[in-house]
Amino acid sequence: MEIPVEFLLEKTIVVVAVFTISLVIAMYSTYAERKVSALLQDRIGPNRAGPLGLLQPLADGVKFFMKEEIIPSSANKALFILGPSIAMMTACLTGAVIPWGSYLDFNGVQVALQVTDINIGVLYIFAVVSIGVYGVMIGGWASNNKFSLMGAIRASSQMISYEIAMGLAIIALIMTTGTLSIGEIVQQQTTDWWNIVYQPLGFFIFMVCSFAECNRTPFDLPECEAELVGGYHTEYSSMKLGLYLFAEYINMFISSAVMSAFYFGGYDIPYIETLNLDQNMVTILGTLFFFTKIILFIFLFMWVRWTLPRFRYDQLMNLGWKIMIPLAIANIIITGACILIF
Amino acid sequence: MANIIFYILSGITLCSALFVILSKNPVYSVLSLVITFSCITGHMLLLSADFLAVVNLIVYAGAIMVLFLFVIMMLNLNDAAAQPGKPFLSKLAAFVAGGLLLISLVYLLKGQQTGHIDLSTLDNNFGSAQELGKILFNEFLLPFEITSVLFLSAMIGAVMLGKKDLKDY
Amino acid sequence: MQLTNRSKVVVDKKMTFMERIYIPAILGGMKITLSHLFKKKATIQYPEQQREFSFVYRGKHILKRDEQGRENCTACGLCAVSCPAEAITIIADERKKGEEHLYREEKYASLYEINMLRCIFCGLCEEACPKDAVYLTEELVPAQYNRKDFIYGKDKLVQPLGTSAHPKTYKPYKK
Repeated sequence: MEIPVEFLLEKTIVVVAVFTISLVIAMYSTYAERKVSALLQDRIGPNRAGPLGLLQPLADGVKFFMKEEIIPSSANKALFILGPSIAMMTACLTGAVIPWGSYLDFNGVQVALQVTDINIGVLYIFAVVSIGVYGVMIGGWASNNKFSLMGAIRASSQMISYEIAMGLAIIALIMTTGTLSIGEIVQQQTTDWWNIVYQPLGFFIFMVCSFAECNRTPFDLPECEAELVGGYHTEYSSMKLGLYLFAEYINMFISSAVMSAFYFGGYDIPYIETLNLDQNMVTILGTLFFFTKIILFIFLFMWVRWTLPRFRYDQLMNLGWKIMIPLAIANIIITGACILIF
Repeated sequence: MANIIFYILSGITLCSALFVILSKNPVYSVLSLVITFSCITGHMLLLSADFLAVVNLIVYAGAIMVLFLFVIMMLNLNDAAAQPGKPFLSKLAAFVAGGLLLISLVYLLKGQQTGHIDLSTLDNNFGSAQELGKILFNEFLLPFEITSVLFLSAMIGAVMLGKKDLKDY
Repeated sequence: MQLTNRSKVVVDKKMTFMERIYIPAILGGMKITLSHLFKKKATIQYPEQQREFSFVYRGKHILKRDEQGRENCTACGLCAVSCPAEAITIIADERKKGEEHLYREEKYASLYEINMLRCIFCGLCEEACPKDAVYLTEELVPAQYNRKDFIYGKDKLVQPLGTSAHPKTYKPYKK
């Protein structure tokens, strides 16, 4: 099996770009989180570090690195380190299958703005997300602390429960698109309506479940600071805690990207073909438009966080199992009926 | 290239599978079983069975093993010394059952013909969800449906067991 | 008695379907938070920007002098009696010959201490004083490391010579 050098080079550049962009966006999500929360509460937010406080994420990062690294003496050292590593790794892996744009044309050489368009991209995302649960579980268990363990079990049962409804919501989407490849799903939306038109209920379920998957309010029981003794990361400090928190922001970025790719046309700008622009121009504009959508979704995540209070655990489970899953199944049945009739 | 990956994956698979039964700590056993499943997923990818590979990862590594881990962490079985020794009879039963499994596996594999399949001659759609669906819902429709009924009954049974007292509901 | 028109009677009625799916209520809440995005911010950029004190602000005490620089206080003890926190300690003394330029009355306070940890800054001493001697300024009582540093004696309380302004306009923090 020979792999051409150009191919390797092209993919390496795309991988590095995707990696960097997701890290930078996650970094500035922390800044945006503080800024949005401040603005929604009639405050100003960080404005001391650099102009408009733009260097605040760097300052936070330096703070995390400088803090004392504590590994509890009774903790399982190897697994204690493995936990946040898995959380961070799985968070970064998902970006590989998302189409960030169509393709750029360099004198006939076409460079796709997607790391890989595997024909099971949707399932790949699910697989990576389901592996992400281990980061939480291992971290909570390795701390050798009752509260961490309880927090880990709370977090992972929440993630598993909402994964089911999320998967069922996606099945309805796959029924309408007929493909598991994300590149193809986005491609279909460039010529057709966006999937939100066909799957409004599916989108709603998917959105609520991705809130739960990312541990965002109103589903942030895994890490509630106030009343449940933190959670799985109670014993963590310094950059290990930072990795957990940072992975959450990357997950938020990725789920915003997935939502906009699945339901809001990805890099598709409606009626751009009527302008007769150059292909490269269309691609760049499309990518920018995609990122605009992603940022709007990230804002939605934050907006909801600073509006709604947190669920109680039994309410969370009731919502997941007794409302979201039946709704998702009903959505599948309705979608199937519609496909059969039309 | 594929060969190198195959040997590395096989090595990791065998080591982690051995560690599952040799490790004293049940949590380590479960985690190495997860690694085994992930490596098997890699093998499936090498055989271009993409759909099966990812579903294997989702179902086994992502869902079932998490539940195993749940139970083991909740029961706190990590103290091996605190557990009572198994009676001789159960050890014997385990040995016999394991030996029978080994014999049947060896017998099964003996009959298989070995040979090389050129993966490049395979259809591009090989192993995809469409192909698998067509096979499942045409050739193997009856076993598939029977299996799903089995799962349904198992699910209902679990719900019934999970309810403490039916009179309360 | 109805105090405001915003008060509501609590009823435990069954929620309608629209109320039970909560989505209209959630959207209403999100509308409110979004409107706050554009509201005027309450933040004051502290070191650069300082908030105006209220006109009736009561801070650190001051023992006044009259126009000729003599202490007004005659150690009558009314401030100590009126103090609800019992923060004031006074020891009276008789004015000697030759001290007329220091003390206005024939009796003066040789010791006047206010325990700032006990003081609640109610201003009753200021109201009780018949001699116009004790006033509460807009000065803040700073934090200290030792408890004994909070007991302010005459060295800290008496108005410095030469600053014969009215106590309410005596604002050392204002430039």
